Order: sequence, then C-alpha cells, then structure tokens
Amino acid sequence: MRLGAGTFAACCVAIEVLGVAIFLRGFFPAPVRSSSTTEHRAESPAPEPSAGASSNWTKLPPPLFGKVVIMLIDALRDDFVFGSKGVKFMPYVTYLVERGASHSFVAEAKPPTVTMPRIKALMTGSIPGFVDVIRNLNSPVLLEDNVLRQAKAAGKRVIFYGDETWVKLFPKHFVEYDGTTSFFVSDYTEVDNNVTRHLEKVLKREDWDLLILHYLGLDHIGHLSGPNSPLIGQKLSEMDGVLMKIHMALLSKEKEALLPSLLVLCGDHGMSETGSHGASSTEEVNTALVLISSAFERKPVGDRRHPKRVQQTDLAATLAIGLGLPIPRNNVGRLLFPVVEGKPVREQLRFLHLNTVQLSKLLQGNVPLYEKDPGFEQFKMSERLHGNWIKRYLEENSSEVLLNLGSKVLRQYLDALQTLSLSLSRQVVQYDMYSMAVGATLVLEVLALLLLSIPKALSPAAELDVPLSSPLFSLLFYLTILVLSAIHVVVCTSTESTCYFCSMPWLAAGGAMLLMSALLCAIVSALTKTVVSAKRVGKNPAPPSVRWSELDLLILLGTMGHILSLGASSFIEEEHQTWYFLVSTLCLALCQEVCRNHFLGSDGDPQCGLREEPGPEGAMLTMQDGAEGCAALEEDRTRAAASAFERLGSMEQRMVLASPWAVLCCCRLLRALNQTGVQGAHRPDLGHWLTSSDHKAALSVLAALSLLAVFLLVQRRCSPMSKVALALGLLGVYCYRAAIGNVMSPWQRGNNDISKGIVEARFVYVFVFGILFTGTKDLLRSQVAAIAIKARTVGLWEIYSGLVLLAALLLRPHNLPVLVSSLLVQTLMAKFVWKPLNHGVAEVTVMHYWFGQAFFYFQGNSNNIATVDVSAGFVGLERYVEVPAVFLTAFATYVGPVLWASHLVNYLSSESSSHSALRHACFCYALICSIPVSAYIILVTSLRYHLFIWSVFSPKLLYEGMHLFVTAAICVFFTAMDQTRLTKP
Amino acid sequence: MKDTDIRRLLYAHLLCIFSVILSTFIPSLFLEDFSVLETHLTWLCICSVSVTAVNLVFYLVVKPNPPSRRSSLSHKVGRFLKCCIYFLMSCFCFHVIFVLYGAPLIELALETFLFAVILSTFTTVPCLCLLGPNIKAWLRVFSRNGVTSIWENSLQITTISSFVGSWLGAFPIPLDWERPWQVWPISCTLGATFGYVAGLAVSPLWIYWNRKQLTYKNN
Ligand SMILES: [Zn+2]
Ligand SMILES: [Zn+2]
Repeated sequence: MRLGAGTFAACCVAIEVLGVAIFLRGFFPAPVRSSSTTEHRAESPAPEPSAGASSNWTKLPPPLFGKVVIMLIDALRDDFVFGSKGVKFMPYVTYLVERGASHSFVAEAKPPTVTMPRIKALMTGSIPGFVDVIRNLNSPVLLEDNVLRQAKAAGKRVIFYGDETWVKLFPKHFVEYDGTTSFFVSDYTEVDNNVTRHLEKVLKREDWDLLILHYLGLDHIGHLSGPNSPLIGQKLSEMDGVLMKIHMALLSKEKEALLPSLLVLCGDHGMSETGSHGASSTEEVNTALVLISSAFERKPVGDRRHPKRVQQTDLAATLAIGLGLPIPRNNVGRLLFPVVEGKPVREQLRFLHLNTVQLSKLLQGNVPLYEKDPGFEQFKMSERLHGNWIKRYLEENSSEVLLNLGSKVLRQYLDALQTLSLSLSRQVVQYDMYSMAVGATLVLEVLALLLLSIPKALSPAAELDVPLSSPLFSLLFYLTILVLSAIHVVVCTSTESTCYFCSMPWLAAGGAMLLMSALLCAIVSALTKTVVSAKRVGKNPAPPSVRWSELDLLILLGTMGHILSLGASSFIEEEHQTWYFLVSTLCLALCQEVCRNHFLGSDGDPQCGLREEPGPEGAMLTMQDGAEGCAALEEDRTRAAASAFERLGSMEQRMVLASPWAVLCCCRLLRALNQTGVQGAHRPDLGHWLTSSDHKAALSVLAALSLLAVFLLVQRRCSPMSKVALALGLLGVYCYRAAIGNVMSPWQRGNNDISKGIVEARFVYVFVFGILFTGTKDLLRSQVAAIAIKARTVGLWEIYSGLVLLAALLLRPHNLPVLVSSLLVQTLMAKFVWKPLNHGVAEVTVMHYWFGQAFFYFQGNSNNIATVDVSAGFVGLERYVEVPAVFLTAFATYVGPVLWASHLVNYLSSESSSHSALRHACFCYALICSIPVSAYIILVTSLRYHLFIWSVFSPKLLYEGMHLFVTAAICVFFTAMDQTRLTKP
Repeated sequence: MKDTDIRRLLYAHLLCIFSVILSTFIPSLFLEDFSVLETHLTWLCICSVSVTAVNLVFYLVVKPNPPSRRSSLSHKVGRFLKCCIYFLMSCFCFHVIFVLYGAPLIELALETFLFAVILSTFTTVPCLCLLGPNIKAWLRVFSRNGVTSIWENSLQITTISSFVGSWLGAFPIPLDWERPWQVWPISCTLGATFGYVAGLAVSPLWIYWNRKQLTYKNN
C-alpha cells in the first residue's frame, strides 16, 4: 500500500492520539467508589454491636443540631481567619474562635484546588479524581451519594444562595435557591450582595433546616489583585458582619427550639500568593474551618490554641452525623470528634461506629485484600471491644470502670478511623498499569515507525509503502494477536481491580490489539529494509558523510535538550524559559547565517583549506538513498543562498540583516507582557498593568492599535471581499470588548452597564464563517479552474485570515499584541529570512514549531491548568454549551501553534517550488510533535510516584495530550491541502 | 606546520589557564572574605583583568602573526584605540544580547554588564590580539573552512567553547535547588569560564591529534 508521507504522518498521529487517550484513561485513576450497585436503595444503618446482649438501638441516632447554616467563602485561606488579617478584619470570628463556643480547624483541601471538585469533596466526603478538573468546565449533575441528597431524602428543607455551580451539581435539591454566576470575575460586590440580600428574610423564617451560602467575592478579588490587596480586608470585614448577623439570628431562634443550631464557616480552597488557585502549594491547600454552636463548650478565656489540621473531606461525615443522616457512601473522611465530645459515651461510640463501618465497607469495595489492611483489623478489634462495652453497659449501670473502658474503646475507634481514612485516600493514587502499557505501546510503536520511515518520507518522492500483505508478516501478525489476546484474558481475569482496558467492549479492545500487532509488523518490515539497505551502502567504498549546518545542529540539540528537560519538575513549571531560550538562540543563529552570507557571499566561497574531517554521522540524511550528493547539495544550497542574497537590493539586504534582531526584540517585549510559570508568576508584568482598571485607556488604545495592525498585516493577500469582511470583523471585536467592559467605547460614555456582548460576538462569528467559507470556496475552485495556483494561494490565505480574526475575538485584549507580533514575525521571517536564505522544508517546519511553542507561552499559558482562559469558551454564548465552549477554549489556548502551522501551509504552498514540500512539512511536523509526547509518556510512567506527580507532571500530561490532538487536526489539514494539490494537473 | 608551534600554543594556553586559576586564589590573600561566589563581581573584574593582561603580554612577547610592514607610532596608537572601542562595543553588544535573552533590563544591570565584560575578555580580547580590529578577518575565521593557522584554529575553538559554556550555564537557573550559584549571572559566568578553560585545554590537544589532516593555506 503506497501512501504519501503526509497521509502516512496524519494516520500515525491519529493512532498516537488513540494511544495517548488510552494512556490518559489509565493514568488518571477513577476515584474511590462504593461497589454497591444499587445506588438508590436506602440501606438500613449498621446496628450497635453488642456481644451477645440485645441492644435495641438499631435506628440512626437522632440529629444533634436543629438548624445548620453553612457559610462557604470561596478561597478562604486559613490565615484570613486565624492569621493577622483575621484578627484585624474579622473581630467577631476571632472572638468566637478564641473565646466562644466553637471548634476551629485548618482543613486541608486536596489538589486540584478548584471550586467544583472542592464542593464535591465537601458534600460527598470523597476525593474527586484529577479528571474532575476538566469536568469543572461543564459541571454535570453530581450522581454520587452526598449529604444534600440524604438531607432531601430525609425530608430536610435546604435553601441555597450563591455560586451557580451548586445549582448545577444539585438540581432539585433546594426548596429555594438563587444562583449567581461567576461569569464576570471583575465583579466582587454584586456577587455577594446577591447572596446577602436574602438573609434578612430567610433568617426570620422557620421553614428550613439547612441553609448554604456561597460567597464568591473574596475569590474574585484574589484573581483580580492578589491576597495582599486592600480589597481583601474590606471583604473580610463584610463577611465578618454577615457571620455576626447569622449567628445572632440563630442564637435568638435557639431559645424556642429544642435542638441547638450549627453555623459552619469554611472555604473551598485557599489562594496562592498570586491570587489564583488550582495547584497544591500550602497557601492554596489550607482553608479555614470554624464550627460554631451553643452545644459546644465555651473555651476558657485566653486559651489560644493552634487550630488542628484536618481534611476537608471530614466535614461531610460530621454534617451527616450532625443532621442525623446516613454518612455518604463514598466518604473517606472521618468525623470531627470535638463536635460530639459533649455527648454521652454510648452515643459517641455509636457515631464512631457508624463512621468506621462506612469506611470499612468502602475499603472492602476497593481493596481486594482488605482483610490484611491494618485499618480493617483495628476496626474489627474496636468493634469487638465496643460490643463488650455495650454488654457491660446494659448489664450494670455506669461506673468508673465503664467510663475508663469507654475512653479506651474511643481511642481505639479513632485510631481505626485514621488508618482507614488514610489507606482509602491513598487508593486514589493507584494506576491502571495495563491500560497505561497498552497506550504507551501504541504511541511508542508509532514513533518507531515514524523514525524508521524518515529516509523514505524525506526523499524527493515523499512516498512510502506500508507492507502489510506479505505472508511472513501475516504469520507474525497472527502470532502477535494471539499473544496479545492471551495476555488480555489473563490480565483481565486475574486482577480484581477495575481496569479500563478490560472494561472496554471486546470489539474495541480487539481493534486496539489488531492495531498494535499491525504496527509491530510494519516496524519489523521497515527495520529489515533499513538493515538491508544499510548493508548495501556499507559495501560501497565511500560512505557519504554530511556536514551539518549550525542551524541543523541547533535544531537537533534543542529538540533533544527540550526532551531531556521534561524530566525535571522545575523545567516543566518553567517550560516557557526553555522555549524563549531556544527561540532566542535560533534568532542568533539566523543572524550569524545572514551575516556570513552578507559579508562573505561576495568573496565567493572560501577554499576548502581544511580537509573534510569525518563529521557526525548524519543519521537523518545519510540513510537517504541518494545521499551521495548530499554534501555537495549542501554546498549548493549555501552558494545558492549567497547568490540569491546578492540579487537583493541594498534596502532589502539591510532588512535581511535587521530582521533576526527585530524578531529578537519582539520576543523580548512579549516576555514582559505575560509573566508565567511558577517562579515568575508573581512578578509584575505589562499584562497585569494593562488589565487593572486604572489603565483602561491605555488598554483601549493598545487594543485598537493592535487590531489596526492585524488588519494591515493580514489584508495584503486577501481578496477584496474578505478585506471588507476582515475590517468589519475586527471592528466587531473592538465593539465586543467595549460591550463587556474590557475597553472603553468611543460612543456610549459613562454608561458602564456590563452586558455579555452576545450580539457583537455573533456579529464577528458571522464574518469569521464568511471568510472561512470564501477561502474554502477558492480552494475548491482551484481544483477546476485554470488559474489554479493563484486561487489556491488566496484561498489558503483567507482561511488563515479567518483564523486570525477568530483569534482576535477570543484573545483577551491585553494579549492582542501577541497576535500582532506573531503576524509580524511570520511576515518578517518569511520575507527576509526563509526566502532569501533558501531554508529547507524541514528547517522551516521546525522553526515554525518552535515559534508556535514560544507564542503559546507568550500568550500567558503555562503547564498549569489554572492559566487556561476559560472565559474564551463563553464568547458569544448565552450559557454553557459544551461543544462550542470546548472548541473555543482549546482554540484560544493553542492559538500560537495553530496560527504558525497554518502560516507554514501558506508559506510552503506559495513559496516552495517542490511539489512534495507540503508532504515533507506534514511529516516533519508530526515527527517533531510526537517525539516529546512519547518521551513524556515514558517519563511520567517512570516518575509516577514522584512527589509532584499531581501538581506538575499530570497537568503537563493533559497539555501534551491536548497538543497532540491539535497536531492531529493540523496534520489532517495539511493532508487535505496536499490532496487538493495532487489532483491538480 | 611544526610541532614547535603546537608546543608554543600549549604553553600559552597553560599560562592563560594558570591566570584564571590564580585569579580565584591570589586575591583571597589580600582581600578579606573574598570568594568566587560571594564577592562575585570583584572576582569577575580580577579575572577579566588578569586574562586580558596575559593575552596582551603574550601578544607582545610572542607575536604569533607579525605585521608585514613596520608602522608608525601614531598608527599603533590608533590601532590600540580602535581595539579599545571594539572591546567596549562588544561589551555593550553582549549586554544587549543578554537582555534580549531575558536578563532583567534595569535591576542587576551591573551584574549583566560585568558578565558581558568577562565574556568579551574570553572572546573579543584574543580576537583583537590575534586578528586586530578587522571584522572581515573575524568573520573569515568564524566561518566554516576559513582558518589559516593553528593560532586561528585554537582561537575558534576557545571562543566557541566560551559561548557554548555560557549558553549552557543558563540552564540551571530555572531549577528550584536554591543554590547560591543559580543566581543571575553567576551560573553563566562560571559556565563561560569553564568553557574558556576547557577550550584552552582542548584546542592544543585537538590540533595535535588532527595535525595530519590539518593543512593551512599559508603554511
Ligand atoms: Zn473556589
Ligand atoms: Zn477562583
């Protein structure tokens, strides 16, 4: 089967995407879940253990509290309450913490410290998997067992005010609710007033049992101006006032009620020093948790103990016990013991027993060898002791001995709880090695195939045949399939643990195995061919040797260095530095090349005084069939470059000399625009300066100028129709930004009502589609019309300009200069560097890839999930719609690589004379993208017990997977373009 | 090409290496609490001065490529001034390049400049001594197949290894080891120094090793 190199590469990347998907599914373990399949069946609660004696306490214990109010303040870091800020701005809370009837804790949130998984953790008591971060964008209904569902089932009336996420997670759970959207992060007063305005009425009423308030303002302030902003103090004071109001109202209500009430003050996650959250630094993980109730003992005056550290998940179990509900099935937390300390010993033991039974059930569902688990053993032991205690209790009345024994049992239970909770939390980090192995094998096989087919693919014909039909390989093929399915059966029947690849339908798993064996055969055949041809070449007396240009060497070393750097967590956090460094070096290398051509080109080639020493064996090019002339070819190229250089006018020559420096300056300016990474993120940058409300005028001017520059740079090769469309579209972009309040609008002055800018954004979308449509039409026309090449070039450029317009709409206004510089650098490089210096297709492709990566980071992205600009997914949409939102967010994140790749298509199809240039480019692009992914998959597998695996390596893995997906799309586009060319006469 | 040439080259390079090593040890006898890391800037200055001095002495004593015609004193002075200007220009040039590479623009400007000075010392000063202020000759030496003597060959090697050393020296900066030598520009200056020393040590050996293959236009 003969395939073009481009098609071949696209297929390879597609298979690689599949492999990475399987790998990711195995790598991100499914969270701990209860094994009981009957989800909604109400289980009868575990009865009190009693050794022989008959205890009649089989029902759930009654609730401890009448009314419960949960006041959740988003991003309430522990020191906002317990630190100096708390003392200063939250006097009432400080008073309660120090002297009132309260228990205070530092609750540790597990990463990812993002709102939705944290709400889930608070309500279910389980630890959501890392995959939940991605689902955070889309918040589906929470199907797991949770406190709110139990409350609803028990007939409790729940009221909710605050972040809309709750309403999406728990639809129909609230008798009354008012969700506020966290759409506009810049708003930090309205979101909270929306919650507080209901309080007055609701606190007077009697018709509720559980009131949940989620205040977003603090988090928004953090995102806007960081944890040290003066606004934080104001907000904390406001929250203190709200809490006092609630507490007073509860106290006054309590007089006529039977049971005391409980007020919970907590945060969902902390706030890093830059004001964001998502990772696992101490500031992001530590949240405040204060439980206030008149049922607790008042503390002696002057007793300032440090709050105890607990897990955030512990709140769910405590709430369930406090409200007299069954503990959520997947809970891994343990009861906060101080809450029940005032109760009789028998009740305390009962509560602890319930919690331990629930945890041990969860353990049974998740660990095959649960009986050997120390926690389970402790549980059995304490249950026995408990039974004995109950027996004595029922026989004789309370005595000193009973009390002593009781406290012993208590301690035993608490130990068991701790051990169980720990071993369950650890369960989350268990990898599904089989799926990972399958995914990694697929990816590595594809990479090997790509590497082996380099010589064929980069040959002038750019075609290679994939042998699958020869009988020998069919034998190998069947053997491999047999072996693989045997392994599959053995693995899937032996392990008890759930394995994703085993749970796949047989047909899909079989397909994957088929693919694996086919790839193996292809590799073996390619390998034999290479060996045979190497032997043939080896017989030849003069093995060809190639001297690599400095640029080739730099590209090779840079690629290798980048891959090696992925092994260190700091280099992943600071990957932008790697790319900036490489791009700068690339510019300097180009500079040197330009200088050499300029100053020495006129002297003619210097004589080969130094005899050719055996250079590094060119693995890439020597294996080429016609490699004998390679050295000569290279000499030719330098000479051609020099002579082409001489033909340029003096003005142009000066431009050629200056343009690498201009690119270098451009890159340096962009670095100052968005500080990213971990070490640099807190440094002041232009982006923050521009987005602060004081400099709105500057931002407006900058945005307007950038849009103008975009128009000037893009319009030159468009057809008149799309020129107009582009201009109107860019105008629409400005209107959109003015409408949502990012920039000042020249017409409606002083009127700062913020809309979602739906109309304006859709106006721009119309033009984007229009331009893309025209481009596609031109491309299709070039298939039939006589003026094929011209129509084709214009069509490609129109598609490119459509993408630019979409990028201009989605990028935040302070990032528009990034877009402009990207266009500028592309123009400069294409016109004054690549064309005059006659760079090869492979070099140009790799340079495009490097610049694309650098622009990915220039735009403010990093390898941290928190920097994804989710707001791009809402542009022009009334509410969250999954498919367009995901597409828009992905496009906005990968604008850099996508624009550079599409520029590559444009450049090659307009400038290159070789008909196989696009195919070569596609192949090189696929190769250069898949090398880091494959290396990273191996790295991550070997580093899976690294301390930073969740906070650093996993997000990067997600980014790599997404990048590969984008690459696959790009390769398909390349191939499509190549196909249109093939059919041309 | 004679072996004596190579031997002279080796001695000269050993002298340079010696001067670099001495510059790290001798000052501690005179200056209190001197160390390469803590009083880094002082060390940079001393190292730069000593390497320049050795290069100049070496140039005056050995005269690796004697000028073809006798020239007047004024011509010599002009040449010297030109060399100084070239040296300063190369310092500023390097400074600009470092800033373009991402060095902070305003803060640590002195440190960045001294890094530029030391890199110029390792690269520009030998070039000026050997080739004089003649850009064309420089370009010829640093383009492929352009060297005409073992001196130029060794110059090429040491210069490139200094550049590569300082380039590699930038790599440890993002690592979170919190070591004193990770501060800008210490790792880079150390990298440049190691690169220079390595170049000095390697180039005579490399030339000796390849003396059969090396044939120069002039010799
Ligand atoms: Zn939050
Ligand atoms: Zn937030």
